[in-house]
Amino acid sequence: MAMKIGGRSFDKRAEQGVRDSYMRETVRTAQERLYTNKSQAEEELGDWEEWRSLSEKIRSHTVDNLDYYLERLSENVSKNGGHVYFAQTAAEANRYIQSIAERKEAKKVMKAKSMVTEEISMNEALEATGVEVIESDLGEYILQIDDHDPPSHIVAPALHKNKEQIKDTFSRRKGYQKTSKPEELTQFVRKKLRREFLEADIGITGCNFAVAESGSVALVTNEGNARLVTTIPKTHIAVMGMERVVPTWEELDILVSMLCRSAVGQKLTSYVTGLTGPKAQEDVDGPEEFHLVIVDNGRSNILGTPFQSALHCIRCAACINVCPVYRHIGGHAYGSIYPGPIGAVLSPLLEGYEDHQDLPYASSLCAACTDACPVKIPLHELLVEHRKVIAQEKKTTLGETFAMKGFGLVASSPRLFEMAAKTAPALLAPFTNKETIEKGPGPLKEWTAIRDFPGPKKERFRDWVKERNKGGAE
Amino acid sequence: MSSGNVQNQTTFLNHVADRLGRERRTTVNPPSYFSFPHQKMGKEADISELAKVLKKQCLAIHTDVREATINNLREVIDQVFVEYEAITAAVWDDPRFHQFGLDSIVERPQVSVWGEEPGREANIQAAEQADVGITFSDYTLAESGTVVIMNGAGKGLSVSLLPTNYIAIIPLSTLVPRMTQATAAIHEQAEKGRRLPACINFISGPSNSADIELDLVVGVHGPVRACYILVDDLKKEKKNEHETN
Ligand code: SF4
Repeated sequence: MAMKIGGRSFDKRAEQGVRDSYMRETVRTAQERLYTNKSQAEEELGDWEEWRSLSEKIRSHTVDNLDYYLERLSENVSKNGGHVYFAQTAAEANRYIQSIAERKEAKKVMKAKSMVTEEISMNEALEATGVEVIESDLGEYILQIDDHDPPSHIVAPALHKNKEQIKDTFSRRKGYQKTSKPEELTQFVRKKLRREFLEADIGITGCNFAVAESGSVALVTNEGNARLVTTIPKTHIAVMGMERVVPTWEELDILVSMLCRSAVGQKLTSYVTGLTGPKAQEDVDGPEEFHLVIVDNGRSNILGTPFQSALHCIRCAACINVCPVYRHIGGHAYGSIYPGPIGAVLSPLLEGYEDHQDLPYASSLCAACTDACPVKIPLHELLVEHRKVIAQEKKTTLGETFAMKGFGLVASSPRLFEMAAKTAPALLAPFTNKETIEKGPGPLKEWTAIRDFPGPKKERFRDWVKERNKGGAE
Repeated sequence: MSSGNVQNQTTFLNHVADRLGRERRTTVNPPSYFSFPHQKMGKEADISELAKVLKKQCLAIHTDVREATINNLREVIDQVFVEYEAITAAVWDDPRFHQFGLDSIVERPQVSVWGEEPGREANIQAAEQADVGITFSDYTLAESGTVVIMNGAGKGLSVSLLPTNYIAIIPLSTLVPRMTQATAAIHEQAEKGRRLPACINFISGPSNSADIELDLVVGVHGPVRACYILVDDLKKEKKNEHETN
C-alpha cells in the first residue's frame, strides 16, 4: 500500500465518511478518550509547556543538523557490526530489502507496525518476490486479513472497525469460532501468530527513534510484537524515515516520554525497546544480522522550505485526536496513510499536490492541532502555507486568493493570529460563499452540515470539549 | 566484531546538506537546552517514597506487586507460582539468583536456566513453553512502573517475553525516579565509546492492546500477567541511618 489510499475524489470519500454513522461514533468516542488520557498525562508531567519547548528544541536542532547526526548514526551502527543502507527512493529501499530476503532465502517475514514501510509499499514488493509478509500488530493484522483494508489512524489503525466486523472477518478468513469479545479475539491472534513468529526468517520493524551516539533503534509498543520480531528471527531489518534520529539517549528520554503521553496517555508504553544490533557473540537470542534502511522518499524536498518543521513530527497522532474534521470524515477520507492534520500537511509534501490538493482545505484552521502537538509544529499555519502555494499555482477563485492574503497578514503577527484562531468563523467566511465551496474547500460543506457539530464555527475545539464534559453540547 | 557495510552514505548526506543550504557538517556544538524539567522530577524522593509511587503506578498498568525480604523471597516467589498456577519456569543465568538465596528454585528440574541448554532453538523453546519467566531488574523507574533490563549472554531476551507470565525481582536499590536516570547511565556508556547491550528493555507491565474498539486487553504477544516482587536489599543501611538519626 503506497501513501495514497482509496481511488475516489476527496469529496466522495469525505461524504462517505460523514454518512458512516458507526465510524463517526467510534471516532468520536476514541478522540474523547485519547484526548482525556493525554490531558491527564500532561498534567502529571508538571509544566507541559516547558516539556514541549524542550522537545521542539531537540527536534529542530536535530533536523537542522540532520546530515551530521545521520552520519554519526550510520558510523555507529556499522561499528557495532550492523549494515546501513541509505535509500533515496522507495524503489531503492525495496530493492535492498528484497535482496536481503533473497540472500537469506526467506519464506516468511514477520512485521511490526511501521508507517514508513506502508509508505514505500514494502509488503507488496516482498510479496511480489514470493515472500509471505505477516503483520503482527493486532490492528494491522485485522486489516491485513480483511483484504488489506487501509488504516484509518496512525496509532490505532483499525479504529474504524467494530468488534462484530472483526469477529466476522476472523471467522470468514481464519475459521474463528468464538464470540466478539476483544479478549477472545486477542487470544486467538496470540495463538495463531506465536507459531508464525517461531518460523519467521526475517523480522522487519519501523523505528520510532534512532540514537546517533550509539547506533541504536528505539521501538515504542504495547503488544510485545516488536520484541518478538526482533528476538526470534535471525535477521532484523529496521526501516526508518531519515528524520527519526536523536543525538543521544538523553534526548531519547524526553521524546519517548512525550510520544507515549501524547499518543495514548501512558507514562511509558508497556515496551520501549532499545536495540543495538546485531547480537553480541555471547548472546543466545536476538538477530545475528542487523540492517538499518534510512529512507528519504521525498523528505529532503521539505528541508530548507517553510515546511521543514513538518519533519519534526514524532507520529503521536495527538493532532488527529483533536481534529474536528477528522472526527467527521474519518481517516479514510484523507486518501493517505497519514490522515488528520499532519497527514494534510505531509501527504502533499511527500507525494505532490496532484493527488492531495484537497487536503490542506480539510481543516477549519481552529488550531487545535497546533495546540496539541508535543513538538510544537505550527500545523494550521503550514496548512495555510499549502493553500497559498495551491492558490498561487492554480490561480483559483479571486475570493480564495483574497482570503489567503488576508490570512497571511494575520498569521505574520502572533497576537493577531491568536485572536484569529479564536475567531475562526471570520476567517472561514470567504469559503462559505457557495461558489468557493464547490471549487475550493469542498469537504467543508459536508462536515459543517452535520447537525451535532457545534465546532469551530462558533467555538474552539478546546472550549467545546470542556463544554461537552459539562454535559453541554449534543 | 567486524564492522558492517554503509551504502550510499556520501551522496545521500551531501544531498541533505545541500537541501539545508550549506556544506556538510563534521562537527556540531551540542544543543544548549535551557530547561531540564525531567531532571527535577522525583529528585527529592527517597527510596520509600519511590516505592510508593511505583506501587501506585502498578495499579494503573495491571501489574501485581508483592513485597519481600531477602529471607522470605523464595516463599513469596512460590506463592506467586501457586497463584498463577505455574509449574515450569525460565530464568536468567544471573549471579543475583544465588546472592538473593534462590538456588533452590533455580535448581528445580522444571526450571530452565538460560544458556545452559545447548543452542539458540532449545533455549527459545524452553522459554516458549515455560509458565513463568523470571528476571531481575537492572533499573526500576518509579514514575512509569518500569523494569529496565540489560540483556546479553546469560540474560536472554526471550525470558521476559515468551513465557505466559513474567516475574521481575526488583531490589529496592535499583529504584530511580524515572527514565531520565536510566538513560543518563546508558548515555554515559555510549559516550565512553562502549558498545551497548544488543537489547535494552523498558518493560512496564504485561503486554496489552487497545486495537479493538480501544478496549484494553491484557496479554497480547508477550506475557499475560506480570508481577513485580520488591525485595528490600537495603535493610542494613536503613538500620544504620535510624541509629545515627
Ligand atoms: S504533527 Fe505533532 S501532534 Fe501530529 S502526529 Fe506529529 S508530533 Fe504528533
